[in-house]
Amino acid sequence: MLSDITLGQYFPGTSVLHRLDPRSKILATLCFIVIIFIAKSSASYVLLCVFAACCALLSRVPLKLIYKGVKPVFIIACLTALIHIFSTKGGEVLFSYGIVTVTALGVEMGAKMALRLLLLLLFSSILTYTTSPIVLTDGIEALLRPFKSVGVPAHELAMMMTIALRFIPTLLEETDRIMKAQTARGADFAGGSILTRLKSLLPILVPLFVSSFRRADELATAMEARCYRGGEGRTRLHELAYGTLDGGCLAVMLLLTAAMAALRWLS
Amino acid sequence: MAITLEQVHYTYSPGTPFARVALQGVTLTIEKGDFVALIGHTGSGKSTLIQQMGGLLQPSEGKAAVDGIDLSRKEKETKAARGQIGIVFQYPEHQLFAETAYEDIAFGPRNLGRSPEETDRAVRRAMAQVGLDFDTFAQRSPFRLSGGQMRRLAIAGVLAMEPAYLILDEPSAGLDPRSRRLFFEQIVRSHKQQGMAIILVTHNMDEAARYAKRLLVINEGKLLYDAPPREIFAKYQKELEEIGLAVPAAARLAAVLRARGVPVPADIITEAELEKFLLNWVKKRGKK
Repeated sequence: MLSDITLGQYFPGTSVLHRLDPRSKILATLCFIVIIFIAKSSASYVLLCVFAACCALLSRVPLKLIYKGVKPVFIIACLTALIHIFSTKGGEVLFSYGIVTVTALGVEMGAKMALRLLLLLLFSSILTYTTSPIVLTDGIEALLRPFKSVGVPAHELAMMMTIALRFIPTLLEETDRIMKAQTARGADFAGGSILTRLKSLLPILVPLFVSSFRRADELATAMEARCYRGGEGRTRLHELAYGTLDGGCLAVMLLLTAAMAALRWLS
Repeated sequence: MAITLEQVHYTYSPGTPFARVALQGVTLTIEKGDFVALIGHTGSGKSTLIQQMGGLLQPSEGKAAVDGIDLSRKEKETKAARGQIGIVFQYPEHQLFAETAYEDIAFGPRNLGRSPEETDRAVRRAMAQVGLDFDTFAQRSPFRLSGGQMRRLAIAGVLAMEPAYLILDEPSAGLDPRSRRLFFEQIVRSHKQQGMAIILVTHNMDEAARYAKRLLVINEGKLLYDAPPREIFAKYQKELEEIGLAVPAAARLAAVLRARGVPVPADIITEAELEKFLLNWVKKRGKK
């Protein structure tokens, strides 16, 4: 039933993008998001699309999966495009009926806005496809560490995320098990009115809550038994280290940024 | 009248990098009134197999049916057929949810559409079967019971559905020896009195030898042996050890004695049988 849900959509692999340091990938994604909003001319959009397509191919993630990752935003993208098409005035009038006028500028704006959204999601899904959630949190912790002096609890945040991520599959498994156990007792989760359906969820939710509290308790004991006392002075098994690949990533991102800036302000 | 599986294959998450083959062409029949033990090491496909029997998973290939009704169809008959099969999962106490013990046990029979009178009768009977006193426990919260009582309460919840086939997945895990013995006595009683078919999934070879009439050995998703425990434990000691299983302690002791020259017959697999044989043997030797 629930076994088909893959967590955080990580796709295991050994591609160049998989091997990049998570910090580089997170920074590159942030950089790309900023760049998207610099884009103005059609040429700059073409460049962004080519770049995103190259990344998608480099990741060696099946294109079908990437499409699946981007699919949910299609409706929002279309809606954005439509709003822009109908509300932007200017340029050559293509179509006019009553109060509705469609102008060339509107169509251009609509297409660009939709493209922005799609690129945004495409790039962030490439990040999550090529980085396992645990490595991702490690990267976030490392990036947040400098902000500790201004009161950002980097380690605590990362630990919370790690624990939450760690327990999502466990909870899914538990839910699956409880659902099966109750189904075996004749429970029906599909039929009936909203109220009946909500009521039929109780036999799943109550045991799930009980077991979550039990697990939390056990985890706290286990962590204390291993002398966990926060991030102070902790060393790690897998130290993050930048390599040549990360240098390459930095160079590519700098080049892209420069190219985009040139397209925006020089031409 | 039987549970039948025909060439059942099952793969988890097919078509993804996480795909895992769990069953490969299992064919078997479990008759009404059987007492079957299912053994296999961790990850051999036992849990998948019992979920196929209960209609909780649909075969990727092949057919699973109860009393001739295909479990993959979604009709009223199928629901009734599923009601024939009770499944007690591992750590069943983790599925308790209701405010009182009574309500929790009544969940199953109510779902099957039993009348309030029938439900009440079923709850009382199920509680008696697992040895929980009705007046003491019926109105208590399931979460205020001890671990052993919670386990018995959860099993009562399945028994109250009055299934014709009862599947037990490691029912004695985490119970102390005394509760374990009492539990099996109750199960054997239900089996004998009501002709309830029992399918016992276990890691404990002694339990399998002591209670089951038929033993299924599963390895890597395939049914390896299907015969009375006596036959399997006598013939395949080496093969069982190779797939990470063992023969019962009494059979192992018998093998050691045999190597030292005591003429223990090969079909002895329980402690009681071995004890009886040894007492006889010592007596006879004393006479000589």
